Amino acid sequence: MRGAGCGVRGAMTGTVPLSAYLILSAALFAIGVIGVVIRRNALIIFMAIELMLNAVNLTFVAFSKFLGSMDGQIIVFFVMAVAAAEVALGLAIIIALYRNKESVNVDDINLLKG
Amino acid sequence: MDLVLPRIDWAPLAAMLPVAFGGLAALVGDLFLPAGRKRFIPALGLASLALSILVSIGLWGTVRFSVNDAVVLDRFALFSYLVFALVSILSILLSMDYLDASAPDQGEYYSLVLFSTLGMMLMAAGGDLIVIFLGLEMLSLALYTLCGFRKAELRSNEAALKYLLLGAFASSFFLYGIALIYGATGTTVLRRIVAFLADGRPPSTLLLVGTGLLLVGFGFKVASVPFHMWTPDVYEGAPTSVTAFMIAGTKAAAFAALVRVFLMALPTLQVQWSAPIWVLAVLTMTLGNLVALVQNNIKRMLAYSSIAHAGYLLVALVAGGSPGATSILFYLVAYALMNLGAFAVIIALQARGQELLSVADYAGLGFRRPVLSACMALFMFSLAGLPPTAGFMGKLFIFSAAVEGHYHELAVIGVLNSVVSVYFYLRPVVVMYMNEPAIERPLVPSSAAAIWAVALSALGTLQFGLFPGRLLDLARQSVAALGG
Repeated sequence: MRGAGCGVRGAMTGTVPLSAYLILSAALFAIGVIGVVIRRNALIIFMAIELMLNAVNLTFVAFSKFLGSMDGQIIVFFVMAVAAAEVALGLAIIIALYRNKESVNVDDINLLKG
Repeated sequence: MDLVLPRIDWAPLAAMLPVAFGGLAALVGDLFLPAGRKRFIPALGLASLALSILVSIGLWGTVRFSVNDAVVLDRFALFSYLVFALVSILSILLSMDYLDASAPDQGEYYSLVLFSTLGMMLMAAGGDLIVIFLGLEMLSLALYTLCGFRKAELRSNEAALKYLLLGAFASSFFLYGIALIYGATGTTVLRRIVAFLADGRPPSTLLLVGTGLLLVGFGFKVASVPFHMWTPDVYEGAPTSVTAFMIAGTKAAAFAALVRVFLMALPTLQVQWSAPIWVLAVLTMTLGNLVALVQNNIKRMLAYSSIAHAGYLLVALVAGGSPGATSILFYLVAYALMNLGAFAVIIALQARGQELLSVADYAGLGFRRPVLSACMALFMFSLAGLPPTAGFMGKLFIFSAAVEGHYHELAVIGVLNSVVSVYFYLRPVVVMYMNEPAIERPLVPSSAAAIWAVALSALGTLQFGLFPGRLLDLARQSVAALGG
């Protein structure tokens, strides 16, 4: 936890400004959103959602260092635990579906339509 | 910067503990109970919810903060607990016989229902955005599983996958919103956000974008247009007892958290957030009602109706202040009773696993099952907002809150929408009493537990429709901290 001792000013006198982290995480988040929208394989969509969550984690850590508050880094652990639970559940649901349907393509999943 | 462990005051958590332990006990109990004794598990669930209700009543009036302000105990949280416990009790009652036919693994089912109730309680009690997020996830993860509870049925799998993908997608927007608010204010604790905003400086772009993303996340959870696409598919595909639980439970929890975040923590930004919610409310009411007009499957019809009701509740949120929040709480009770009642009738009428899902299936039931049909008619009247039901009173309070807040157009659009909705709510009633059945179905005795759920919901719907004063009073006390 190097940032812990540095305080607000010390953390940001390095070479990389806060805005760079924020732009990177916004870009990663956007890539995740695009992935969810255009990919058709349920597993890939799931990976894109994980990318979005990790982009948010990056935002939390960057702000945490910038603000000199530990909260953001603690929150990241919560998010990681939630993401892990979501993956475990998601894969189980995808497997249950595959057993009945033999496909993980979301375009084939069309029994329910309005 | 040392890590100091927060001092934990257990009082704010007291009402959650019975539900948490009930969920764990249901899971463990399932292992040790012999096959013939599984009825013990739902009874255990009901007992733990009853205990939680008693604790909530005992704590009424206390205001406390625990775990570094992350969990709040106030009347608002306690009122929400009572609503969630009501939803959960009715859902367990209507699941008891619905499950027997199809699922031997009951322990998981009831423990998941209890865990998602616990998630709802955390959402309503959240004093920290992260706690609200964790509550939301606890609620959602349990519900994804419940949607896919019929593993061998493709529709159930499909509903679970769709709900999971869109739910997780929405959660990441919600979380990104939290991250930006954290960056803008330096904290995720609602109380400190209020303190930060109190000095009256103009809100930063970061804060506004964060609030917007939070709204997107909530929009998915309450099924508001344009984030509603998953709702009809998921509600149709999930087992009927789960649909009933979802339709009432998620909406109540999401609106409790919405009130907590937008009306209690961010009222200073009301100028900024009320305009987008105004638009969402109009779109949600109108689209929900118009699409519901052409539905033939009763579960799909109720799904679109739930979208429309989310619109009415958003009207109350725009109206804001204490009248808006009071009418939201009142409406959530009415909404839970009438929806769970309607689903309980559907479940009570099922015969040997054959559910009556198309509106035409209800032909002639008015004379063959007079009491259940009368109850169904009552719930449909209530959903349509006709007197003397709780639904009517709820709508009355919402629209008068809108008028009080000078949102006259919103109230007019809402009333016009309710007029449209009368058509599709009365269609099953007309079919029940006026049409001859196409095929004779054998009369099968209904599940006693589901009849109990019907009776309780019908009593509540009439009680709060005829004598709304007491409930309104409680709701008003619960939002007293809001002021205004």
